[in-house]
Amino acid sequence: MMSDPGGLALIALLLPAVSFLILAIVAPFRRSGRPAAFTSIIFAAGSLAAAIGAWRGHAEGQVTRLAWEWLPSNGVSIASVGVLADGDSTLMLILVALVAFLVQLYSLEYLHDEPPAALGRYYAYHSLFAFSMMGVVLAPNLLQLFINWELVGLCSFLLIGFWYQKPEAARAAVKAFWTTKAGDVGLLIGIVMLWRVTGTFDLGELKTMVTSGAVPIEGLSLITFCIYLGAVGKSAQFPLHTWLPDAMEGPTPVSALIHAATMVTAGVYLLHRTVFLFPPDVLMVVAWIGAFTALLAAVLACVQDDIKRVLAYSTVSQLGYMMAAIGAGFSAAGFFHLLTHGLFKALLFLGAGAVIHAVHSNDLSHMGGLAKKMPQTALVFVIGTLSLAGIPLFGGFLSKEEILGATLAGHQTGPFVLLIVVAFLTAFYMFRVVFLAFFGDQGSGIRDQRTHALDPGSRIPDPHRDPRSPIPDPHDPPAAMMLPLWVLAALSLAVGVYSTVVGRVLQFGPAAEAGAEHVAPAWLTPAAVGVAIAGIALAWLVYQRRTIDAGKLAAAFGPIRTAALHKFWIDDIYEGILAFALLAFSRIVGWLDRYLVDGVLNVVSAWTVSTGDLLRTVQTGRAQDYVYGVAVGLLILLLWIRWALT
Amino acid sequence: MGLQAYLILAATVFCIGLFGVVTRRNTIGILLGIELMLNAVNINLVAFSHFNATATGMIFTLFTICITVSEAAIGLALVILLFRVRRTVMADHLDILKG
Repeated sequence: MMSDPGGLALIALLLPAVSFLILAIVAPFRRSGRPAAFTSIIFAAGSLAAAIGAWRGHAEGQVTRLAWEWLPSNGVSIASVGVLADGDSTLMLILVALVAFLVQLYSLEYLHDEPPAALGRYYAYHSLFAFSMMGVVLAPNLLQLFINWELVGLCSFLLIGFWYQKPEAARAAVKAFWTTKAGDVGLLIGIVMLWRVTGTFDLGELKTMVTSGAVPIEGLSLITFCIYLGAVGKSAQFPLHTWLPDAMEGPTPVSALIHAATMVTAGVYLLHRTVFLFPPDVLMVVAWIGAFTALLAAVLACVQDDIKRVLAYSTVSQLGYMMAAIGAGFSAAGFFHLLTHGLFKALLFLGAGAVIHAVHSNDLSHMGGLAKKMPQTALVFVIGTLSLAGIPLFGGFLSKEEILGATLAGHQTGPFVLLIVVAFLTAFYMFRVVFLAFFGDQGSGIRDQRTHALDPGSRIPDPHRDPRSPIPDPHDPPAAMMLPLWVLAALSLAVGVYSTVVGRVLQFGPAAEAGAEHVAPAWLTPAAVGVAIAGIALAWLVYQRRTIDAGKLAAAFGPIRTAALHKFWIDDIYEGILAFALLAFSRIVGWLDRYLVDGVLNVVSAWTVSTGDLLRTVQTGRAQDYVYGVAVGLLILLLWIRWALT
Repeated sequence: MGLQAYLILAATVFCIGLFGVVTRRNTIGILLGIELMLNAVNINLVAFSHFNATATGMIFTLFTICITVSEAAIGLALVILLFRVRRTVMADHLDILKG
């Protein structure tokens, strides 16, 4: 059992669930705060160990399936429940367990000001979140996947709205929930339609059907498009991307978790798991929307002043990358980027969290020159940034290039061009953050921030701190926060160096999958690295050397900048549509209620009253009239008996 | 004369009685109408008794006459009471049954 990857994966899956149950059921223990947190962390560590064991115990190409019958009906089981451990799912499992563990460790210090009950609640949600996401990763069938998928959505709702006393946080949580739900409806419809056609939820059986050519082509486009809709919602693809930047209202470690390992990666992972079903026309849509999302989010990221929002848009952008690769037919490339991105995005978010923790603000204008005050944080943040920009020897280099190569090899020239532009923008906006926050005018941001000390809008909520008391100088966070950063930075570097040196011959998990290999033209690597360096150079010129005035640059891109500052009015359009639709719908319903429902009732009651008035005149009260009535009635009765019944 | 003639007579008397009950304004007139109707029934009973050669009808008639007398006595007592209370015996003024 212990060397069996399936069993280990199951242990990895169940440990967070146990932790959640303990915290959920034993309320006094949960409210005790730190002991609850330690429990959750220990279980997360165990889960990570089990996940690593499952991956190492898993042989090349081996698929371990551990499933129990579920939903028995007439002796036939409609679905099974269990774990499916193969190369991809165990790798993904490690990523989820690793990020969950590191984020929990980090949160212990980050949220040390929270009251104990809130801290316990936070860790309970975290454990449930890890369990849900692992459930998605290991699900052997679409039904179990969907259930865990919804649990993931629920947990993200709970964690984004962790500071539910803040109206913006509560609003953001609801927005995230509803927006992803819009996609989830599509996913559910898709799964049910697929079941009606094929009669199975099982991923393995579906794959067998596809390879044997048994899957009917008719309706498959619609079905897969519905499944894709679920991924659009979860993975924040255009046009359902609007919830992700708003989700920044949650605590920063939550953002790291959502962006790196759980939640948004679920969509990409779902497509990676089901991509064999997708016909070319739907894949084309996936690729184009992915590339478009990448570009849109990259442009938006360039104008954000909130460090977390920049990172949020960069996540949307990178998810677009992964989707484009999947759409091009090379889902392994997308999955590879998902893994590396998970590492360095967690690193970037936790790094940003350290900065926010030190400066007590999200706003870039409140920072500056932090490299001297928090050198370790600056170093790991730059490592993460270089990874994201796709510089050789860093984490995102090979995976990003794989995606660019994949789009070329998939003959998706349009998306490829978009992605190259995005690569430039990515390097630009990330280094804009680096220069503004860590270098820039030394300390100017800090002084600025002191003058803003009473501005409540830009503060992270810190109920235990008197806003008038002087804020201590920013410094590197304590070890409990630095350790996860260093681990992630080291892993990003290790993956980067390993993949750069060993290069394409690397038999790295998903790349080993048959059919995933593609030959990229020789100019691709220099081009990709070139645009990244160009982006860095531009950011350096604008924000460090200031040889190019940022205002002039902004003016040159006037209309785009204005549009980007308004998020391309997408939120406004949604609000407008919703407000208009709601108002119109309410008017119709109001009219129906007032005139149809009430009207019918009023008319009926008025009729009743007037008929009653009419009828009561018959009741004269005079005995003679009644006798008359009896006589006539009797006569009629007799006549009726005489003529009708004989 | 056959049975039919008696029956026609009874029906005629009954109708006259009913007409009186329905149309008379005076309560005593209504009582008279009721007496007529009852006696129409009596004619029927006696006629059937005669033509069927059974005594049942006769006995019924005797009972009916007794009851009619009692009814007339009670009816008149009621009319007198009614007059004492309402100071009228006109039937169309007695409409307190009206809802």
